[in-house]
Amino acid sequence: MKEFTYRITDPVGIHARPAGLLVKEAKNFKSTITFIKGDKSAKATSLMKLMGMGIVQNDEVTIRVEGEDEDTCAAAIEKFMKEHF
Amino acid sequence: MQTFKGIKIVNGIAIGKIKIYKVPVYTINEELVSDTEAEIDRFESARVKVQEQQNALACKVSKEEAGIFEAHAMMLDDDDLIDSCKEIIESGHSAEYAVREGFDAAAKMFSEMEDEYFRARSADVIDLKNSMLDVLFGTDTESLQGNEPAILVAEDMTPSDTVKLDKSLLLGLVTRQGSSNSHTAILARSMNWPTLIQCHDITDDCDGKFAILDGYNSCIYVEPEQYLIDELSAKQAEDKAREAKLKELKGQPSVTKDGYKVRLYANIGGPKDVAAVLENDAEGVGLFRSEFVYLNSKTDPTEDEQFAAYKKVLEGLAPRLVIIRTCDIGADKTIDYMHLGKEDNPALGFRAVRICLNRRDFFKRQLRALLRASAFGNLGIMFPMIISRWEVQECKEILEECRQELKAEGKAMGENIEIGIMIETPAAALCADELAEEVDFFSLGTNDLTQYTCAIDRQSANLERFADTHHPAVLKLIRETIEAGHRHNTWVGICGELGADPTLTEEFLKWGVDELSVNPKSILPLRGNVRNVDLSKYETESPKPEAKPEIKPEVKPEVKAEKPKGFFGRLFG
Repeated sequence: MKEFTYRITDPVGIHARPAGLLVKEAKNFKSTITFIKGDKSAKATSLMKLMGMGIVQNDEVTIRVEGEDEDTCAAAIEKFMKEHF
Repeated sequence: MQTFKGIKIVNGIAIGKIKIYKVPVYTINEELVSDTEAEIDRFESARVKVQEQQNALACKVSKEEAGIFEAHAMMLDDDDLIDSCKEIIESGHSAEYAVREGFDAAAKMFSEMEDEYFRARSADVIDLKNSMLDVLFGTDTESLQGNEPAILVAEDMTPSDTVKLDKSLLLGLVTRQGSSNSHTAILARSMNWPTLIQCHDITDDCDGKFAILDGYNSCIYVEPEQYLIDELSAKQAEDKAREAKLKELKGQPSVTKDGYKVRLYANIGGPKDVAAVLENDAEGVGLFRSEFVYLNSKTDPTEDEQFAAYKKVLEGLAPRLVIIRTCDIGADKTIDYMHLGKEDNPALGFRAVRICLNRRDFFKRQLRALLRASAFGNLGIMFPMIISRWEVQECKEILEECRQELKAEGKAMGENIEIGIMIETPAAALCADELAEEVDFFSLGTNDLTQYTCAIDRQSANLERFADTHHPAVLKLIRETIEAGHRHNTWVGICGELGADPTLTEEFLKWGVDELSVNPKSILPLRGNVRNVDLSKYETESPKPEAKPEIKPEVKPEVKAEKPKGFFGRLFG
């Protein structure tokens, strides 16, 4: 299992269109990717649940990656977050 | 005559018949169905069809609005949403019933969220639900608009409804609900339809009646009196003529009749203004106030946060020059987390570059973010509130330090970053010759320059009589600054309010100003003014050497290279 935290810099937070792209990216991997903020969590493959977490600017999120390709997957997701959020 | 008040979203006048735009209300049969598989198939084919529609709508609008429909298409791919609808069907319900229940639940989740952005997403889900039901019920939504030109009156409009409208038949738009942040409002603005929202009282029996939508007074007159028809028809014709004239100016060079070219740039406050810069055909950004990154944040913004915001603007406007002014807080713009303390005389106090030079780490965060963002476009950096040469030198030293750090970290940066300062104090204007040796450009901040030169607080109502925006002392400082800049191959712009003052355009051009930076809406009218100026008449005038503008090349890498500017000129030049 790999885990890292990321602080959202995008002024709107995790919003619809880039969140949709994130879902597409997440589906490229075998690992399960979970976004965690406080007591809320969502799988990165679920757009509505991800948006339902209401992640806004300056929120700290923990991203947990579990599965056979977790190393490459975690690196890719971290890069994606930096580019889009 | 009846008058209904609303809130204006897009100004303008529309004259014509009213068409009440009624979205169908579906009665959904709640009876259980037996052929579950057939219902799942219907659901799936409707979902695919709506997804195709949304993707097609995305192609019909500008890049910014396309995001709305692309996001819609993505929502229709959401496994949870699909599964919840299919589960409802599997428990024996129709596809229509499942769509209503499944999508309503998702919309409810959004509507109960804390953040305004996410709350507004419930409207997207409802939009999709309606489109799904239209397909399942086989409704021809295109017939809702009617087939003659009309002012449409609707309860509310979803983005899909709005984009589907036949624009050639749409005179204006009135909704009873709606908010100014809604997608519909955004679309109406970009399409420039006269639009009123929250016009609560307008009734369905207005259908087919003659009306005038008057954006100037935020109302619609149904069956108006003759005098109003005459008056507003004339106003509408006037608007149209003016718009057509401004439209013609798009893509035209900002050049006087005798060939003197000036750069017309925009003043902006954040990434949200990028669209307005493009829409009004600004040739660059002369002043990007970076304060918003500090004011919109509860804590001191990190380097990454700032980088993201600057990058967005530079990328969105490349290859245009974007001049970002470093932090200009203090004075009237105070921020809790900065703990600046109260001052007796804040306008003359601890503000702008003075804070930055005393709080080096804070300053370096911004400079590092700017340098990193410079890899994504054409950046200029401008320091505000300068009075002395050593301040400029210290700013440049710190910038160079950041550059070396980033280089060691292997970060990408732009090559040719122009460096400039605001000339907004009499001290800077009077020392312009010295300061010009340090920088690539000057930008005259006429608001502060006027306040400091005349010792007039512009906010004070009692001083109105004494305040002269064209005070000869201020105009003299402006002219001498332009001349001093040109003696050192430093180009000079004006980014204060005077830059957009049409009564001064000719004077500024005569003095040889290189750039005028104004709010985006003023760009095209100003270009119209510039194109009407003829400076050749001054050439034959009595001895007035300063009256002859020095015509300079538009972008001057060759001039920059020649210029002796110490270590910085060599690094960035």
